[in-house]
Amino acid sequence: MTTSASTASTASATTSVPAAGVVDRSLRKVPPMGGLNRTLAWIELKRVLRNRRTMIFSLVVPAAFYFLFGVGQTYTNDNAGRGNVGAFIMISMALYGAMISTTGGGAMVATERAQGWSRQLRLTPLSPIAYVTIKVAVAMVLGLLSILVVYICGLFTHAKMDSPWLFVATAAIAWAGSLVFAAFGLFMGYLLPSENVMQILGPGLALLAFGGGLFIPLTDGSAFEIFARFTPMYGISKLAHAPLTGDTVQWWWVANVVVWLAIFVGGAAWRLRGDTDRV
Amino acid sequence: MHAVRGIDLDIEPGEIVAFLGPNGAGKTTTIDMVLGLSQPTAGEVTILGEAPRTAIAHGLVAAVMQTAGLLKDISVRETLQLTGSLFTHTASVDSVMKRAGITEIADRKVQKCSGGQQQRLRFAMALLSDPEVLVLDEPTTGMDVEGRRDFWAAIRQDAGKGRTIVFATHYLEEADAYADRIILVRQGEIVADGTASEIKAMSAGRTVRATLPGATTESLQSAVPSADSIEIRGETVLIHSNDTDAVARYLLTETTAHDLEIEARGIEDAFIALTSSHTEAQTEESAR
Repeated sequence: MTTSASTASTASATTSVPAAGVVDRSLRKVPPMGGLNRTLAWIELKRVLRNRRTMIFSLVVPAAFYFLFGVGQTYTNDNAGRGNVGAFIMISMALYGAMISTTGGGAMVATERAQGWSRQLRLTPLSPIAYVTIKVAVAMVLGLLSILVVYICGLFTHAKMDSPWLFVATAAIAWAGSLVFAAFGLFMGYLLPSENVMQILGPGLALLAFGGGLFIPLTDGSAFEIFARFTPMYGISKLAHAPLTGDTVQWWWVANVVVWLAIFVGGAAWRLRGDTDRV
Repeated sequence: MHAVRGIDLDIEPGEIVAFLGPNGAGKTTTIDMVLGLSQPTAGEVTILGEAPRTAIAHGLVAAVMQTAGLLKDISVRETLQLTGSLFTHTASVDSVMKRAGITEIADRKVQKCSGGQQQRLRFAMALLSDPEVLVLDEPTTGMDVEGRRDFWAAIRQDAGKGRTIVFATHYLEEADAYADRIILVRQGEIVADGTASEIKAMSAGRTVRATLPGATTESLQSAVPSADSIEIRGETVLIHSNDTDAVARYLLTETTAHDLEIEARGIEDAFIALTSSHTEAQTEESAR
């Protein structure tokens, strides 16, 4: 059944039509890189930076913890290898902040799924991989900010390390390692269909921080330390502190990071696949 | 149960098509498949000769979906900038805001926008890629009268430019007022397909009710060829026709019929008649 109006525009499909009409398909290219672009990245970053709660938990709390535990204590200036205990605690709190930030960044997908935004995005050329990439990138930027804030606090207080390069090295390791938690956040974001996923994850993250010895140093060989070796913050924490402590890097530290990263990335990929099939 | 079973549709470029049916008729399921949001269990969907995902990636198809959400923490303008950045070929943010009538709320956070404003934002987002086909799923649900009027005014203005528009609705008046062509669906099947006036013709006419013992469908059919349908309930006959005067004249002069009544049948009745089923009306809801 065709109306006269439709017949008229059938003809116009192959001829010229003003602006909003039938389009020139040669202009219609699929965007490169699955739709990744600077505008998207900038708006996503602004969203995070404008979120007061995120700013408090990612930037203010870790710095406050550093001042609380790392500054002006009797042990602050004790020797911790190539620097003092203040520096050790600075690294710990930077790791804690990076963990909260990157997990929260990844877990944003839960909120966006709950709000139906990911369904809206399916009506655009943005590929699921590009979407996840942006989420991880924003999470990592937030993680880096978190580390930098704590380190700047450390530089202006009593955190001492023998060489400026030790600051750079420990920060770089902490940041790279926090990729594990970006993947963790992503996995949880796809697993938990909740708008308040961070409220669920918060207490769990605190426990993982203990597993990494971020709040209370782990005593080598103790029962808790042996248990902690199997928790996800352990490997990163050991590796990030190693340039300061001068400890020899153990294979199980690296194995810890690699295995947890594989688990979280695999889990996120598995859930992502289920998600794109359904939506 | 299948929500949709075999809908074959060809829609011409530039048509404004209403997909009309009661809740649970399979409208959203069909639209989801057309947009590649879900896969048919059997068969295939192509739109503009392409797979749904490809057509979307090329910006040829856009949709305003009932179920799709918006980010609440960014402004109207940012939402459009973000969406626009994902396509290779886009209209300007300012122009789509103007066309959707949301220029004055450009800097408002989405969470502060009313339902109608959010819906017009979705419409503006759909216009960004300047699509050939625009799909609207229950676009005015939850809007007040004014919001609905503004929304359709914006759509109508846009449709004048040759875009194909397919909208799902369960509001009869909307389909009647805005569509060139109405497709009535029930339980995942097309029950009627025609221009608004053709659908109206189907539902126009009146029903003659009379008591006529011993009547048979066959005899009445041959006697009153203008009858669209003849129903016999015991001694009562119900004849639906566009020419009820002729039917009444026949019954009163040629037969022993008595207690004759003529009742008008509205478009609402026709809609109900066309879209409800005798056997499956109850089980249908579970299909969705």
